[in-house]
Amino acid sequence: MGNTSSMLTQYDIEEVQEHCNNAFSQQEIVSLYHRFCQLDRSGGGFISGDEFLSVPEFAVNPLSERLLRMLDGLNFKEFVAFLAAFSSRTKMEQKIEFIFKVYDSDGNGKVTFDDVLNVMRDLTGSFMSEQQRQKVLMHVFEEAGYEKDSSLVLSDFTKILSNSGLKMEVEVPID
Amino acid sequence: MAMMEEPSSTMTEIDSDHPNIEEYLHTESINAERCEESLRLRDLLNISPSLTEAAGAIVDDSFTRCFKSNPPEPWNWNVYLFPLWCLGVVIRYGILFPARVAVLAVGWMVFFMAFIPVHFLMSDHNNLKQKIERKLVEMMCSVFVASWTGVVKYHGPRPSMRPQQVFVANHTSMIDFIILEQMSAFAVIMQKHPGWVGFLQKNILESVGCIWFNRTEAKDREIVARKIRNHIQDSDNNPLLIFPEGTCVNNHYTVMFKKGAFELGCAVCPVAIKYNKIFVDAFWNSKKQSFTTHLAQLMTSWAVVCDVWYLEPQYLKSGESSIDFAERIRDIISVRAGLKKVPWDGYLKYSRPSPKHTERKQQAFADSILRRLKEK
Repeated sequence: MGNTSSMLTQYDIEEVQEHCNNAFSQQEIVSLYHRFCQLDRSGGGFISGDEFLSVPEFAVNPLSERLLRMLDGLNFKEFVAFLAAFSSRTKMEQKIEFIFKVYDSDGNGKVTFDDVLNVMRDLTGSFMSEQQRQKVLMHVFEEAGYEKDSSLVLSDFTKILSNSGLKMEVEVPID
Repeated sequence: MAMMEEPSSTMTEIDSDHPNIEEYLHTESINAERCEESLRLRDLLNISPSLTEAAGAIVDDSFTRCFKSNPPEPWNWNVYLFPLWCLGVVIRYGILFPARVAVLAVGWMVFFMAFIPVHFLMSDHNNLKQKIERKLVEMMCSVFVASWTGVVKYHGPRPSMRPQQVFVANHTSMIDFIILEQMSAFAVIMQKHPGWVGFLQKNILESVGCIWFNRTEAKDREIVARKIRNHIQDSDNNPLLIFPEGTCVNNHYTVMFKKGAFELGCAVCPVAIKYNKIFVDAFWNSKKQSFTTHLAQLMTSWAVVCDVWYLEPQYLKSGESSIDFAERIRDIISVRAGLKKVPWDGYLKYSRPSPKHTERKQQAFADSILRRLKEK
């Protein structure tokens, strides 16, 4: 019996805080740690893709498959680093970089027309035809001054998204 | 014991099975709604709403909360209280527990000595036999309740035997059934269990008219649906009890009610059960512990405290669908027992959500794009 609510030491918490550029307060880290342990049903110290999908609200997200590629097998530090993009303390540039990484599935630092098309396919499923998607995308690409075979780099993303009123914040519940 | 049936034979009705999930879920995943001007590249690249939703679900979600066992508040971390707590442990494990095991053992012996001759020697369709068996099951349940010093307060009229009514209750643990059963025998719809519980189901609970099934067998559902219909017609049968959540929830939330119990065309009597966690958490986390361990946990605690409310019978209103009816009953129970409602199907513990939900989000997004293209 007794108070076993946090098994993390100050060192642990500070290490994790450093790893995520102080995106979370100490209390938030403790909360996230409890959540991590809850999701890590097998108790292996990492969360598998299956364990993430056992959260129905996550599983129904159209981007869940894509995000799983980034999420599968994360340990606690990586888990917190992933979520850091959603902290209110994280700078806009880092949030945009996160979005860029979601698009850049092969991690080569370039987002091609096809990459954007793939994400759009995830988001619209069978409710738009492939031709419609291509047409829409061609249209907005050209309007923004890009060609079909031009690829976007991070700075393009920053330019495009920085004034778009982007809001990407998730509050960590503290109990 | 997760119990429930899903009479509507097929499993394809997921759509209608989810009453109003959109009311609960965040639907603002479509940022395009906001600015109805022409579509720009940045609107397509900005996938932050979907990402935020995903991250939000990872950080916290209402479904997992329903099945979280809540550890007791630590109160003993104190030099003065700690010896007291130790004394408590000695009493609970050294005196109470053996005494309770003895009570249970004596109860079982008496029960079997009376039950076996009655069950095997008396003729099958004998009212007296039914009555005796009914009383014996009630007695055994009282013994169970006594074995964890159940302090149960019953509010409202005691259920009588009569046709054309079903009782529905929220579900926290298999002990719900025992607590309700000690007051008046119910025939319950339940999940088939392995081990000694399965043995009791098969040999004893059948005599009070219980119906069991296997959650994962679609074929069972039809059989159960038919049995239920026959059951409620007969005035000699024990009242029917259904736990429409189909699974144990931690007594802070209610998950979706399966609609089966609400389309029988008879009176539905809600029963609300609220446990007081002062001594022990009565939630049976069936994924983490066996029922035996759960019982042992209850038997080593000081007491199980709970309130049971028998609420006013409700009828299907004209023009109301069985799903709306189920939601209305869920409201009544949730308000009475102080539970929060979540839109999830409890069976998601065992399976993945239907792709329909994802498709709905996709459709909304696609529609917003197409609409804005036209307006341009």
